[in-house]
Amino acid sequence: MKRLALVWLCGALAFAQPKPVALTGAHIIPIAGAEIDRGTLVIQNGKIIAVGPANAVAIPRDTTRIDASGKVIMPGLVDSHSHIAAGGGADSSAPLQPDVRILDSINVRDSRIKKARAGGLTTVNIMPGSGHLLSGQTLYVKLRAAETIDDMLIKLPDGRIAGGMKMANGTNSRRQPPFPGTRAKSAALVREMYVKAQDYQKKVADAAGDPSKMPPRDLVMEGLVEVLEGKRVVHHHTHRHDDIMTVLRLAREFHINVVLHHASDAWMVADEIAAAKVPVSLILIDSPGGKEEAKDLRLETAAILEKAGVKFGFHTDDPIIDSRLLIREAGLAVRAGLSRPTALRALTLSNAEILGLEDRIGSLEPGKDADFIVLSGDPLSNYSHVLETWVEGAKLFDRSKPEDRLYAVGGPGASRDQEDISGEIAEEAF
Amino acid sequence: MRPALLTLLAFTAASALAAQVAVRGDTVYTMAGPPIHDGVVVMRDGKIESVGPAAQVKIPAGCRVVQAKVVTPGLIDAHTAVGLTGYLNQPQDQEQLEKSAPIQPELRAIDSYDPDEPLIAYVRSFGVTTMHTGHAPGALISGQTMIVKTRGKTADQAAIVPAAMVAATLGEESLGEQNKSPGTRAKQISMLRDEFIKAKEYLAKQEKPAADNKDAGNKGKPARDLRLEAVGRILKGEMPLLVTAERDRDIVSAIRLGKEFNLRIVLDGAADAPFILDRIKESGYPVILHPTMKRAFGPAENLSFETASKLQTAGIPYALQTSFEGYVPKTRVLVWEAAWAAANGLTFEQALASITINAARLLGIEKRVGSLEAAKDGDLALYDGDPFEYTSHCTGVFIDGQQVSDAVR
Repeated sequence: MKRLALVWLCGALAFAQPKPVALTGAHIIPIAGAEIDRGTLVIQNGKIIAVGPANAVAIPRDTTRIDASGKVIMPGLVDSHSHIAAGGGADSSAPLQPDVRILDSINVRDSRIKKARAGGLTTVNIMPGSGHLLSGQTLYVKLRAAETIDDMLIKLPDGRIAGGMKMANGTNSRRQPPFPGTRAKSAALVREMYVKAQDYQKKVADAAGDPSKMPPRDLVMEGLVEVLEGKRVVHHHTHRHDDIMTVLRLAREFHINVVLHHASDAWMVADEIAAAKVPVSLILIDSPGGKEEAKDLRLETAAILEKAGVKFGFHTDDPIIDSRLLIREAGLAVRAGLSRPTALRALTLSNAEILGLEDRIGSLEPGKDADFIVLSGDPLSNYSHVLETWVEGAKLFDRSKPEDRLYAVGGPGASRDQEDISGEIAEEAF
Repeated sequence: MRPALLTLLAFTAASALAAQVAVRGDTVYTMAGPPIHDGVVVMRDGKIESVGPAAQVKIPAGCRVVQAKVVTPGLIDAHTAVGLTGYLNQPQDQEQLEKSAPIQPELRAIDSYDPDEPLIAYVRSFGVTTMHTGHAPGALISGQTMIVKTRGKTADQAAIVPAAMVAATLGEESLGEQNKSPGTRAKQISMLRDEFIKAKEYLAKQEKPAADNKDAGNKGKPARDLRLEAVGRILKGEMPLLVTAERDRDIVSAIRLGKEFNLRIVLDGAADAPFILDRIKESGYPVILHPTMKRAFGPAENLSFETASKLQTAGIPYALQTSFEGYVPKTRVLVWEAAWAAANGLTFEQALASITINAARLLGIEKRVGSLEAAKDGDLALYDGDPFEYTSHCTGVFIDGQQVSDAVR
């Protein structure tokens, strides 16, 4: 009896048709299409059902109306590279660990998740560090209210959990053996790994579904086959121009879908990146250096990539940049010559494309997830604040509530977290 | 020839032709009165000659005139390690911390400062003309800081105060490594008290007549001890003790120490200041607050973007700083740290004061820099809009009446 009642209740919730909600009067930046001066956004059941100028959007009769006059609405921000929630990937036993999933290590009560929402983030690629050539499988999460990590996952149409693979080259992944000591050795180890994976992939194909002919299960190889089949994008930490070219060379050899991350020297090889049709997940650091590989980084990189026709998004690499300051990168990039539409797109839709989630998130369009933020002013202004962050139709950050505001501005209790056992994130995230 | 050198030569030539230069701004923030609309700053021989509305200040004939939307005094970074910590972050360019002993006040920033460090030109291009720089946090007493202009071929040319403060650090950041003292907070304070007591005795012996002085050498004074000499200068009030402490108990310890030995203390970091505003106010000690965007980890876990506004409301003298960064960004950009404080509780002019006139007062250099007034140094920063907006640029920088940057940043 009890069980039956429970089932009935769940059914009722699932099929309920909550009233639509309309936010009216705001300046809307849909990313897809021109900015709307006084617009209306209508959401229902976690999805956007309408967006447009006030006179062009019909608001259903039973809608809850919220007056957002004088405010700015744009899509929830997407961070294509972050280390929030104290996750860790590979350990120090080997330089290549494609079997390791950051999914199995995330603390959903980490304060940085709340801070990320306070910064307007709604979708985040949580990655293991860059102290390995390959440090494990990354996880794309929605910053929903969560009791466990399962509540934050993004399921793909084929049932898999959305995420990529984290790789790195340059100095961070150089250590004592069995780690590589030079750049050439780094590349050789990676090529050797892909060759083995191709072999495994062929054995699986040759078995043609016959279990008796299948090779023994191998978690390392299974992770890599997903990469070879293009089902798992490689998120590749790389700084120097020559390291960027090595990533492109290996991606071409093994037909890998790759995204260049950080890419401090990308401005030197922008045309080569454009020709390879590879996107960049970019970070803008306040000053050059901090490590030798980053000595030539500059704020102008975003504008140079735009001119060369390279698609790019911004990332925080939190804790390198606090998630609350992701939006600031767009302002700094515009300062250094980037166009406004590309800057705002790089916080949202371009990152959604980099994660392969552009059908669901990244812009305000009917049918997409109701992930959006309400700002007090223009997103490129230093003086604007994120007032509200909505994830799939639920308002999960509200600056007017003291308990939420704490995470927006900081103060006692805003940063008291469990230790991160990976040990390398703070040192080698960038 | 390198373009940078060419530019430098061009500036030198221009300044030789016109010892006089005027800057005209749509808005001039003098920090010595209300902002002036359509204001003019005339400089001659490195100093400000006159400041005022264009209608009242006559620009001399033949004087070079530079236009800007907004003009402010050259920015003053109240505490940094730029010039000691190099941008490559490799062992050969890191001079900001000596760890061989916990107490080394005899180390001087002027012996470590690299005037060619690229970060100096970088921060200058964002308007910084004066920096209080020196040994970074990390040792109980790490050395003597200095105040420089962000120009000069040598450390001596850059320095305007060759020995400014003695830098100390309390709390977990300055604990000894591998069972070496200090291993606890209590030990840190015990070691510092012991040091001040020894220095007091040293000073007393120096003042005694030679006949009564057993330790005296043949010149009638005890043997020189550079370490005690430096601590003695703090005791005599010639130099403040700059105490980096983020946690409230460490800030309170610094105040207790200061009162016991009658020291001039400058509190630095002070992330926990909001817990103990009354105690800090009562002490009379000023605060060089952590960068507004500092990461909230470790001893600074309680920091808030709004702390500057709390110090302001409490009436505690304070300035903002870029502090020291061990990784990336290798330095913060001062104007953006003030900008973030302006977006989090400070007014525009309060935030600007924290990196100009209030920083100058805190560092004791307000007679030379920090505001645009006649007879002060010709240090100016020019912008094409609100300096605190990400999308406006610093378009020019003057130091001692010479244009040192025309980059659009």
